[in-house]
Order: sequence, then C-alpha cells, then structure tokens
Amino acid sequence: MANDPRQHPLLEVNPPLVQGPQTYHAITQAVSEISEGATPRKWYILTGITGSITLMLFGMLTWLVANGIGVWGNNAPVYWAWDITNFVFWIGIGHAGTLISAILFLFRQKWRTSINRSAEAMTLFAVACAMIFPLFHTGRPWRAIYWLGPLPNTDTGMWQNFRSPLMWDVFAVSTYATVSALFWYVGLVPDLATLRDRATGLREKIFHAASLGWRGSARHWRNYEMAYLILAAISTPLVLSVHTIVSFDFATSIIPGWHTTIFPPYFVAGAIFSGFACVLTLLIIARWSLNLEHLITLKHLENMNKVILVTGWVVGLAYATEFFIAWYSGNPYEKFAFINRAFGPYWWAYWTMITCNVVSPNFFWFKKLRNSIPVMFVLSIVVNIGMWFERFVIIATSLHRDFLPSSWGYFRPTYVDICTFIGTIGLFLTLFLLFCRFLPIIAIGEVKGVLAEQRNPAPGVHTTSQVVDPKFEPVALVSNGGGH
Amino acid sequence: MSDHEQQAGPGLKDVLLPKLYEIFGISYKHTLYAAIAEFEDGPQLVEAGKRVREAGYTKLDALTPFPVHGIDDALGIPKSILGWIVIPIAFFGTANAFFLMWYTGAYEGPQIPGCELIGMCSYPLVIGGKPLFHWVFGLPILFELSILFAAFAAVIGMFVLNGLPRYHHPSFNYSNIRRATDDRFLLVVEATDPKFKGEDTLALLKSCGAVHAELVEDNVDEVPEMAERATL
Repeated sequence: MANDPRQHPLLEVNPPLVQGPQTYHAITQAVSEISEGATPRKWYILTGITGSITLMLFGMLTWLVANGIGVWGNNAPVYWAWDITNFVFWIGIGHAGTLISAILFLFRQKWRTSINRSAEAMTLFAVACAMIFPLFHTGRPWRAIYWLGPLPNTDTGMWQNFRSPLMWDVFAVSTYATVSALFWYVGLVPDLATLRDRATGLREKIFHAASLGWRGSARHWRNYEMAYLILAAISTPLVLSVHTIVSFDFATSIIPGWHTTIFPPYFVAGAIFSGFACVLTLLIIARWSLNLEHLITLKHLENMNKVILVTGWVVGLAYATEFFIAWYSGNPYEKFAFINRAFGPYWWAYWTMITCNVVSPNFFWFKKLRNSIPVMFVLSIVVNIGMWFERFVIIATSLHRDFLPSSWGYFRPTYVDICTFIGTIGLFLTLFLLFCRFLPIIAIGEVKGVLAEQRNPAPGVHTTSQVVDPKFEPVALVSNGGGH
Repeated sequence: MSDHEQQAGPGLKDVLLPKLYEIFGISYKHTLYAAIAEFEDGPQLVEAGKRVREAGYTKLDALTPFPVHGIDDALGIPKSILGWIVIPIAFFGTANAFFLMWYTGAYEGPQIPGCELIGMCSYPLVIGGKPLFHWVFGLPILFELSILFAAFAAVIGMFVLNGLPRYHHPSFNYSNIRRATDDRFLLVVEATDPKFKGEDTLALLKSCGAVHAELVEDNVDEVPEMAERATL
C-alpha cells in the first residue's frame, strides 16, 4: 500500500462519485455555466443538422395526413409495421430515465444523481417521439383525440372499448408521459432557483417564475423530499406497468409469436436494456463536449454497462425461453412461427437482433472494455440497433405468415416509413440539444448532497473520498464500510 | 377626477393594492423579519440550529442549497403530512377510473335527462362476448389513473404545503441570499419569536460560528410608492 492517499487501492474499486474540486460552488459553476455562456458554434451546427431532420419529420407527417396512411408500407397481412415498431422502440428507450430516477432512488444508489436529470429529459423526449406514431397512424390525428381519449362527444355518443389493451395503452403511455414530466419538473425546481440566483435581468425573471419562488427553506425541503419519495414510489410500478401494457397489445392477441405470457417481463427488460444504452450514448457525448467528466465519471458509465450486461442476458434468456416454449407447447403454428422467425424470409433481421442484443453485451464482462469509452459508445449504439430489430422481428415476422398461405406477404418500408423514423431521431436529438443548452443537465442539488456525504461522512463510515479529499486528514482505511 | 378621489379619502387602489400585495406575499411594511446567519457547511448549520433551539428559540428555519441531514430534528420541524394527502387522492383516482369504465360501458339504467346534448350518455356495447364490466379488464386503467391522480396530488400538494408559487419572500432581502442556492447555509430566527431580541440574537448566532449574520427587514424595494406610504 502506497503512502500517498491518492494511490490507495480502494480508489480503483470504489472511486468517489464527485471528483474534481470538492466544493459546492464548483458543482454549481460547472453545471450552470453550460447554459450561461455564449452559445458555442458547434451547438448551432448540431442543432441545424438535427433541426433539419426534424423538419423532414414534419414534412413526412404532413404528407401522411394529406394522402392517408397508404404512404406507409403497411398492407395485408402486415398491417402493423414500422409505426408500432418505432412506437415500442421509443417507449422502451424512455424507460431508463424513470428507472434511474425512481427505482435506483428507492435502492439508494447514489450514483444516479449525476445522470438522472438527463435520463429523465431523455424519457420525455423519447415518449414524445413514441406518441407521434399511434397518433398519426390514425390518419386523422385531430380526430384521434375522440378515438383515444374518453371525451364526451355528440356525434356518435359512443365510448372507448375499455376491454381493449390498445385502450389500456393510451392510459399507460399518457400517464407515463405526464408523471415523468412532473417528476422531472419537481427535480428541476431547486436547480432553476440556483440558475435564477446567478442570473440578472429577463433571464432572472424567467427562472424566478419557473422555479416558483423556491428558496430552499428546510420546511420546504421536508415536503419536497416526501414528494420526491412518493413520486419515486409510484413511478416504480408505473414504469414496470407501461411496457407490460405495451406488451399486452401483442400478448392478448391470438397471433402465433405474439400470444405468449413471457411478454411483459421480456418487454420490460428489453426496455431497460435499450434505455440504458441510449442514456450511455448521449452521456458519453455530453460529458465530453460539456466538460463534465468529473461529475459523470467513468464509475457512472461502468455501472450503466453492468446494467446493460444484466438486462442483455435477461433478454437473451427470453429469446431462448420463447423458442423452448414454442417447441414444448407442441403447437404447430407456434413452432412454425419461431422457426420461420430465425430461418424464414426475415432471417437477416433475426440474426441482427441476436448479434446485437445477445452477443455484443458480453464484451462488458471484461473490466477493461467496460471502462473503455470508445467500446461502450459503439456497443451502446449497437444495442439500440438490436433493440429496434427486436421489435421489428416480433411484429413483422409474426404477421407476414398468416394462418392461410394465400394471405402470406412480405413487408417493405416505403421512403415515408424510413424518413419518418429518421425524423423522430432528429426530433429526439433536437429536443436533447435544446435541453443541454438551456437547462441544468445535472441535478445540481442532488450531486451536492452526494458531495456533502463525501465531505462529512456519518461517524463510523469510511468512504473512499476521505482519502482524496484535501480537507480530510488521510485515515487508515480498514474497510469501505458504508460505500456508495 | 383622480384629485378628487385622493382628497376624499383612500381610493380603490389604496385599498386593493395592499390587499393584492398581501395575497401575493409582497410586503409593504418596514418591519423586522428575522435575524439570518450564514454558515459554510451543513454540519455547522445543524450544530448552530441545535444551540439556538436550546437557547429557547422556536420560530426557526434554514435556507440551504440541498436538504441537509439532521436539520429537521435540530430545528424541530415536524414530519411532512404530504403522504396523508396523496393516499386519499390516489383512491379518488381509482374511483374515477372505476366510474368511467362502468358508467360509459356498463350502465344500463335510465339515461340522465339531457345527457345526449353534451354527449355524456352511457353506451353499453357487447364486444367479443366479453362482460360489459369486470374488474380484471379494468385493472390496468384503475392502476394508471390512481397513479396519475397520486402524482398530481404529490406535486401540487407539495407546492401548496410550501406556500409556493410565491413571488417574493422577506428572506430574499438578506444581502447574500443568492448563495443560499449555491454553497451557503442560512439559519433564520424569525422576529416573531417571543425570545427574539435583535442584537442579542445576532450575537448568539455569531457565537455559533456564523461567517456572517444580519437583521433582515421585510421591506419594499420593489414597490417604491408603497415604501413612501409605509414611512408616513
């Protein structure tokens, strides 16, 4: 063991979550100055590119409304195709945000504080992208509000069919979007007050209104922490319910390949898998371009890689279970559906999915690769490609071979399908860039709370930070008692 | 016309504006609000809070950039009652979902007169031979609406309990208030406290290790004409 406390072997195992200067002001400064300085040129360039892609999305949607949904490639027997694939893909990506903000909060995972804000923002933007598809697949989105929402109408006097999982989906997704937005905003309020207190003029007034006059009173924090706990407690079953209900859209039907009881847990695991990969992709870029490496540390990224590895295996197990049950059930249609999935006309999609989702996460077994930024950046994108293909495989392969060979077909996307999907990626990135530019991308107050524990650990708890914090006398570490 | 009114006595503006300022929490009186002391970290704040409370003060508060552990016990701040607000509203959400699904899809009694004018009549329809209502198929929506109501109750309830949104608060008059959301921890002893004695309280706060302490007035920098009236 070296005498220099900064070389302590424990620091390699459990590095402090807040690195860099150990003062509260340094955190405020690092996060706030991102939105306070002049807009960097590269932001304009990036937003110009993603904004143009978003304009393409608006163009495609206008084209769709003007011509009807025949401009998409959906047709007998594949009536559900890229629209629902993209819907499930985006909803799934959204799950990581709520998982990080709610479930990891309940499990007291302190490393969530540096990443929860951006992950929650990502959730909102992903859900916004997702909602475009069910809304526009109706062809007449301005009328869809009567078909989807239980609003009184004098035209037909009819109501929604609450026995249908599609209706459950409307409630699940809209509740999810609303609760995520509330959770995000509650988390933002103290940080908006921090920005307000650093600003002058109009900017101060805007943040003063947005922070609702927050002043950080101890009485307020008491209610605030309770509200946060309640939101976390109700968001935890909510996030699990959303993809469960999305999977009911398929599982309650009688289509071979869809009619399986494994869908709810399988969908939820897949959602977390893809969501964490997407958070990883965005954060690797954000921490590098915004100089936040000391707050979003390698430790945070490594933890996310571990979640990706675990959920990747859950997803792989689900694929295997589906195949086993298809054989074990003795149902010839089920057997055919699965053999056809792997070796039929869509074999390329199936094996892309297997390669990306089952094979690629295994690189994360190795600590070196788990800590390598280029490796995890590539793998995070690969995982999301795989997860998009998973939804496509489930939807298209189950539909393209109907019960009668006379109604067999093969789905080919049109350019409108492709451009709409690419357009939603543009919308997602544009919203994320706007968020990075104007709002605190890291939960300033929460990270300060973690730093406070690093600076003033509870008696009897030795944290690794004591070794690196210049304010502390280096202590002989017996064990990493409390840990993070 | 306006000259007449001013001579005749207080006009509508003079009565209404102070009332409005009161409602929105903008004070127009030159009264002492509190003694506020500034600390550099949470543990010092908690320690000072304990000592001030031991000295017999009761109207205490703290302004901190993040929730400081132990400050509630040190200042004697009671537990949040938010949970008791959220639970009944969550069940109200469940009841709403139940009523929505049952009334629109399964209510077969006489229609409410005039419901057709606003499109709110029930419309039972057998689909796929399934029952008109059953709690099993209602479960997802019962759950989702309970969560939705609970979330709104938690967020709105929290802000209402906190008295927010609020445009102004006298503590904003503290000279270094902007650092209370950055890296300073403020201890507030309100002037309404029975034991409050301006300079004595300040001295006590300073003896607790405050880096700075001052008496803060509840005044009217934002509303000049009101300031004049207050001094009259």
